[in-house]
Amino acid sequence: MTTAVVRARMALLEIVGASKWFGATLAVDDVSLSIECGELFALLGPSGCGKTTLLRMIAGLEIPDSGRILIDGVDITASPPYARPVNMMFQSYALFPHMDVAGNIAFGLRQEGMDRRHIAARVGEVLALVQMSDYGARRPRELSGGQRQRVALARALAKMPRLVLLDEPLAALDRKLRAETRIELIGIQERVGTTFLVVTHDQEEALGMATRIAVMNRGRIVQIGTPAEIYERPGSRFVADFVGEVNLFDGELTTGFNCLALTVAGFDRPIPLPSDTLLPEGAAATLALRPERLQLCRERPGGFAVAATVSSISYFGGASTVHLAAGEGRLLKARLPSADAGCLSRGTAVWASWLPDDGVVITR
Amino acid sequence: MIGIGRLGRLTLIGLPFAWLGLFFLVPLLIVLKISLAQSAIGIPPYTSLFFDDGSGLKIQVSLANFVLLVHDDLYLRAYLGALGNAALATALCLLFGYPIAHAIARAPKAWRHLLLFLVMLPFWTSFLIRVYAWIAILKPNGLLNQLLIATGLITAPLPLLYNAFSVELGLVYSYLPFMILPLYGSLSALDECLIEAAADLGARPVRAFLAVTLPLSLPGIAAGSLLVLIPAVGEFVIPDLLGGADTLMIGKVLWDEFFNNRDWPVASAVAVVLVAALAIPILFAQKFLEQERTA
Repeated sequence: MTTAVVRARMALLEIVGASKWFGATLAVDDVSLSIECGELFALLGPSGCGKTTLLRMIAGLEIPDSGRILIDGVDITASPPYARPVNMMFQSYALFPHMDVAGNIAFGLRQEGMDRRHIAARVGEVLALVQMSDYGARRPRELSGGQRQRVALARALAKMPRLVLLDEPLAALDRKLRAETRIELIGIQERVGTTFLVVTHDQEEALGMATRIAVMNRGRIVQIGTPAEIYERPGSRFVADFVGEVNLFDGELTTGFNCLALTVAGFDRPIPLPSDTLLPEGAAATLALRPERLQLCRERPGGFAVAATVSSISYFGGASTVHLAAGEGRLLKARLPSADAGCLSRGTAVWASWLPDDGVVITR
Repeated sequence: MIGIGRLGRLTLIGLPFAWLGLFFLVPLLIVLKISLAQSAIGIPPYTSLFFDDGSGLKIQVSLANFVLLVHDDLYLRAYLGALGNAALATALCLLFGYPIAHAIARAPKAWRHLLLFLVMLPFWTSFLIRVYAWIAILKPNGLLNQLLIATGLITAPLPLLYNAFSVELGLVYSYLPFMILPLYGSLSALDECLIEAAADLGARPVRAFLAVTLPLSLPGIAAGSLLVLIPAVGEFVIPDLLGGADTLMIGKVLWDEFFNNRDWPVASAVAVVLVAALAIPILFAQKFLEQERTA
């Protein structure tokens, strides 16, 4: 009874203080991470942040210099890659060019010593899952990029691993295919119920796909949370800036009329801060404000507002990003429906305003 | 695109063909012509194929030289001896060359150029001198025997020179780089990710090698084997310098026919058959490589 409870609470993947040096570079710096069963977890970060190294350590392709990696509570830190209940989908897909699609998928099953009939059945199953049933006899080079991606996913799923590692699974696809494939990938993950760990540098991909995201920078995990938490409540300047577009105001805390405010160089009035801000007066802080929170009006609205002129408008179909120049050359970004942006043009004088609670105060 | 013109294109395509025609096809045809003539005393030491007996130009072709090659089993034994020695040398070059090429291809990038340079370093010395050097090493009072006696491993010198062993050693030594270089080429082009993928899918290192590395390096194995086998079959210097009385290789027979017997037509016939015998494996291998590429 007790063991059952413990097992239910045990994380599928547990990384404890893992570090990895490459020469004089600390690629992964004391990373601890816990992933639950059934999650679609994303490691998000700029290139060179150590996310791929972390993924390769989980696969056993790199050995951490310190720290431990556990799967289902079993320490696999020193296990060779072929002995881990983990399969990886490589960024380049790494399909064997001298084997056909079925041979590629059967490869892992053959290593297990599974008999022919069961292998054929399992290959058929995963090919159907990725809608590639008619392509079993093709060679990888005869497939399109999107088809190869499916085969690589099928191969990683064939052995029913505890955890599937996906290294930039959509990076090699063109934009439209990427969006479609992302939805399919989520569907497949839900159907098979396997835990996915996705590495990506594309914040849109991570936000649109993951149940939870760990943002990495310079070998460290800087924030872990659901996509909404990461986007709405960034814990640091880096996260706010890396995930999505943001306006950042650096300043010093002062007491305003009835709430805390931020004195920012170039603004004649302090910016009111969210009511839940708990910082002493005089502290240095940054206010992060998503562009879609900004409202633009021709007439000065009541409450806090910043006078600005439109410097350019980037049209993105349904929405447009309006670049504004406020006092002393400070640049602001506002995102509005294109219908609203349409009545603005370069040089239009506007008032930019937002609700104090729309901003997020960051101290790091 | 900037046109180079019809003439330019023709020149570009034509030059290599002209080169091959002038320095490969024409000499080969001359040899073929001589092989169809008969030995004669004079300069040149063979009869002309064309003569005029007063009633017009006539051609006299003789297949006697080829018939001799079939009748006298010396030639057949020499062909087979050469082929056997060369095949064994090819197998040994593959056996030693594969691990070397694999190690170089997987070595850190900074090391690779140095290691490749070391493989090619022997080419800086004349081939002939390097084969002579082996005599100094292998002879009864040579370096190797002295070393073995000094260390007390043997009491009397071993017969290392002028036998099948020394010929084989010379062949393997001389042709090893020709095996390593193409193998290195195909192994270094192999995506490391594929080996990692094999390991990730549960293959132990030996299985990963047999299932992924080896089949993907087959073009390199084929190219290296041809580069060793073909010149080794026709090799003359190594059996002549390192071989003994019992060493029978076709290259040596060819040399003897030309320079000792001064029988140019028979020597030419030997050469023609040798070229034909070597062309067949090349064509086969090329077909195989072609299939690998398009499969």
